[in-house]
Amino acid sequence: MSTVEKPSAARFVGARVQRREDPRLLSGHGQYIDDVRLPGMLHATFVRSPLARARIVAIDLEHALAVPGVVAIWDGSALNGDAATPLWDWAGEGTPFPEVRALAEGDVRFAGDPVAIVIARDRYVAEDAAELVDVEYEPLQAVVGRELAEASTGRAHDGIDTNVAWSAASPTDPALEAAFAASAHVITETFRQQRHVNVPMEPRGLVAHWERGAEQLTVYASSQNPHQDREYFARVMGLPEHHVRVIMRDVGGGFGQKIFRTREETAVALASRRLGRPVKWIEDRQENLMAANHARDEQMTLRVGVDADGVITAIHASHLADVGAYPLMPAMMPGFMALEVLPGPYRFARYGWAGKSVFTNTSGISAYRGPWMMETVAREIMMDVVAREIGVDPAEIRRRNVIQTEDLPYTTPTGREYDRISPAQTLEAALEEIGYERFREEQARARAEGRYLGLGISTYIEPTAGAQGPTGIEAATVRVEPSGKVNVLMGTGSHGHSLETTMVQVVADQLGVPIEDVRLLQGDTAVSPYGGGTAGSRSAVIAGGVARISAIKLREKVLELAGHLLEAAAADLEIEDGTITVKGSPGSSIAFADVARIAYYDPSRLPEGMEPGLESTSRYSAPPATYANSTQVCTCEVDVATGEVRLLDYVVGEDCGVMINPMVVEGQIAGGVAQGIGGALLEHLAYDETGNPLAITFKDYLLPTTEDVPDIRYVHVETPSNTPGGHKGVGEGGAIGAPAAIVNAVADALAPLGVRVTSQPLSPDRVLAMIDDARSA
Amino acid sequence: MSKQLISVRINDELFEGEVEPRKTLADFIREDCTLTGTHLACEHGVCGACTILLDGEAVRSCLMFAVQADGASLTTLEGLAPEGGPMTPVQQGFMEHHGLQCGFCTPGFVISAHAFLRDHPDPTEEEIREGLSGNLCRCTGYQGIVRAVQRAAEITREDVTA
Repeated sequence: MSTVEKPSAARFVGARVQRREDPRLLSGHGQYIDDVRLPGMLHATFVRSPLARARIVAIDLEHALAVPGVVAIWDGSALNGDAATPLWDWAGEGTPFPEVRALAEGDVRFAGDPVAIVIARDRYVAEDAAELVDVEYEPLQAVVGRELAEASTGRAHDGIDTNVAWSAASPTDPALEAAFAASAHVITETFRQQRHVNVPMEPRGLVAHWERGAEQLTVYASSQNPHQDREYFARVMGLPEHHVRVIMRDVGGGFGQKIFRTREETAVALASRRLGRPVKWIEDRQENLMAANHARDEQMTLRVGVDADGVITAIHASHLADVGAYPLMPAMMPGFMALEVLPGPYRFARYGWAGKSVFTNTSGISAYRGPWMMETVAREIMMDVVAREIGVDPAEIRRRNVIQTEDLPYTTPTGREYDRISPAQTLEAALEEIGYERFREEQARARAEGRYLGLGISTYIEPTAGAQGPTGIEAATVRVEPSGKVNVLMGTGSHGHSLETTMVQVVADQLGVPIEDVRLLQGDTAVSPYGGGTAGSRSAVIAGGVARISAIKLREKVLELAGHLLEAAAADLEIEDGTITVKGSPGSSIAFADVARIAYYDPSRLPEGMEPGLESTSRYSAPPATYANSTQVCTCEVDVATGEVRLLDYVVGEDCGVMINPMVVEGQIAGGVAQGIGGALLEHLAYDETGNPLAITFKDYLLPTTEDVPDIRYVHVETPSNTPGGHKGVGEGGAIGAPAAIVNAVADALAPLGVRVTSQPLSPDRVLAMIDDARSA
Repeated sequence: MSKQLISVRINDELFEGEVEPRKTLADFIREDCTLTGTHLACEHGVCGACTILLDGEAVRSCLMFAVQADGASLTTLEGLAPEGGPMTPVQQGFMEHHGLQCGFCTPGFVISAHAFLRDHPDPTEEEIREGLSGNLCRCTGYQGIVRAVQRAAEITREDVTA
């Protein structure tokens, strides 16, 4: 286990610093998208298709337009032409993609497909009018169901004569087949994961303001990445990028759903330009559950070869994803990512894979906290299946396969290079914390009393801070103002991530100033340098890294100037709590604020050649990935009479490198675990066979509550990464690891009944059905 | 639609306005009174984000019409602590224990916790979990929220004994 190297002067990094965001959010003074009000602002709502697949025969706007207060109503044929390009296009060789327009035109392709936009003086009037828009549909055969889509005689899209959106496989590998042939056991199982929705508590929304005089589009977005939004609106609206400004203030969660700007948001921006007035759109929860991006909806079949001791010899993985009608990312992404990350924390040499994605007439798939996490679901449930089958303890089988420190550096069969990781340590730490042996004794006693307790383990390596393309770099401008107060300008898009606290911790440490003297400004493309935003567990690594680089650069200038003023060498100075002192000579000092004032107002006192002012901008290009690792262990009791699963204890052993703020780290883990609990036990955005969504209220789409999420305990292992500051990402791990741990715990509890658990959610009705099936088998 | 004149006291300030009878109390608070600290996350009474105190009782302002609050006295998140003054024990607990991340559900949790603690000044963890199970949070996994309420009860007891 590595120890943390902390800079000797560090006071804030590593500490549980309370959040700078909290006072305003706790007093009702946050600025979320629906809190934005501009003079002359109009309100938009959408007419949506009630059918999954149909021809639009006619649209009658007459009654709707007659509602007092209605300003405009446009359908696709009236508005779509205003866009300069398709909204997004992931077509490639062998990967067809539909033309994505703001509004449906000619036909509809999922229930919730936006058919017309209604603009009115307030939302009540807009919704009145939307009710009166009369759309005549001719129903068509809908393509519904991941496993039915390929063979369906229907087509999800006009103009694409297949429902297969992507299909690929690794080359035939005789060595792989030889490894299977030589294995003592070869076990095959298929694991299924239902459709989820990210469900940020703040639904999607946008205020677009076309300013005629400036010929500028200003967009207030509920987003994760304002600079990418700026590029998006510039492209789609046919505007030069410097005539678009995107502002995001407080954002009520995203979890991947708000990475990409969507069709409705685009329609609102187009409408604002037509009208020359600000237009606001705030979706309601039903729209969010029905028509905002969905996630997961996938399955993976694993074929695993092990030797007589349970050591893995070969794995073949095959993945199938339903990407809906208009996926927000390339159709290959869920499958390709999952297949590529699958080797995870285990040593084995032979690996083969196959992946396929299908279009269906359902809402499109997008990123959701660990969008590749099917690999952990399948691999970790499979480890328990194998352990049970060959009679090895589930903790022991992981010990026999997990990558040890002496194996490092280690390259996975898919070419991922691990160096500074500790999966064996986090595994042991989590097992020890939960009291593995003691639980086994308790479980045995409970079984003797007819109670069903179980324990589940999930071990994984999380690629964090993936750095390529628009998310490859991050920038920080650190600016000491003339009074000595510090503004930090970054292209991050914090939406609950506490960056206003953590980035400030990093900078305050390096500049040696009180934390109250530093403030982060983010989320405004007119203020911040380009940054990739907040997604992919990248902020601690890339943003934290560049905040540190930029602050160190500025510290050097501060010290050079201070040394000149104090007639001392810069190397002999230290900054502490806003005062620069010659080491060992406490009498020889100067206030940080005085140095700042002189830097701006008294250029004659600067060393020769020094530029006035105190400001530094740095950009940092991170490694392609920075690996965190974790093991989650939980225990549960299953009531075999009611099917209820109750989680009893929950432990996360985590190595995310040097923690900037352990309180924030644990908050990120807990939130992810809760989402994983929801996915494992409760959440299911189901469709019926006609493509009608069945869970579009919170009475049907069940989120975990205070009574579903147990107290979570953490064990931190800190192996510094090789990035500046030594941080690793931690945003997604909780959600990646939780479902497999919970499924394994339930399967362990029900093992005496012969129940095999391979799908979610483990709702009471499904648990009872599994028990019944096992009993009648 | 004909409008109706109502007067509502919110955070000790009198608001008078003409509203359509169908306007929800939440929209009246947010739009007519520009008190945007009350949030709407489901508008069908499940998530609890819009919870306010109406004559001291925690209610969901998305499930009431503004006209039903005519003559009532309301407290929203903005009115819990005096402007510029110290936070309430509940707000303090949320700050100390990372009881919020994105902050969108927070108004409902803080208001609900105030009402809960008034009725249960010395709650067990189980009572807190049950008492707040009608509010949804998607960020925190409720870890900091449960502890925040425990801490708020503790601060209140300290204040009383001090």
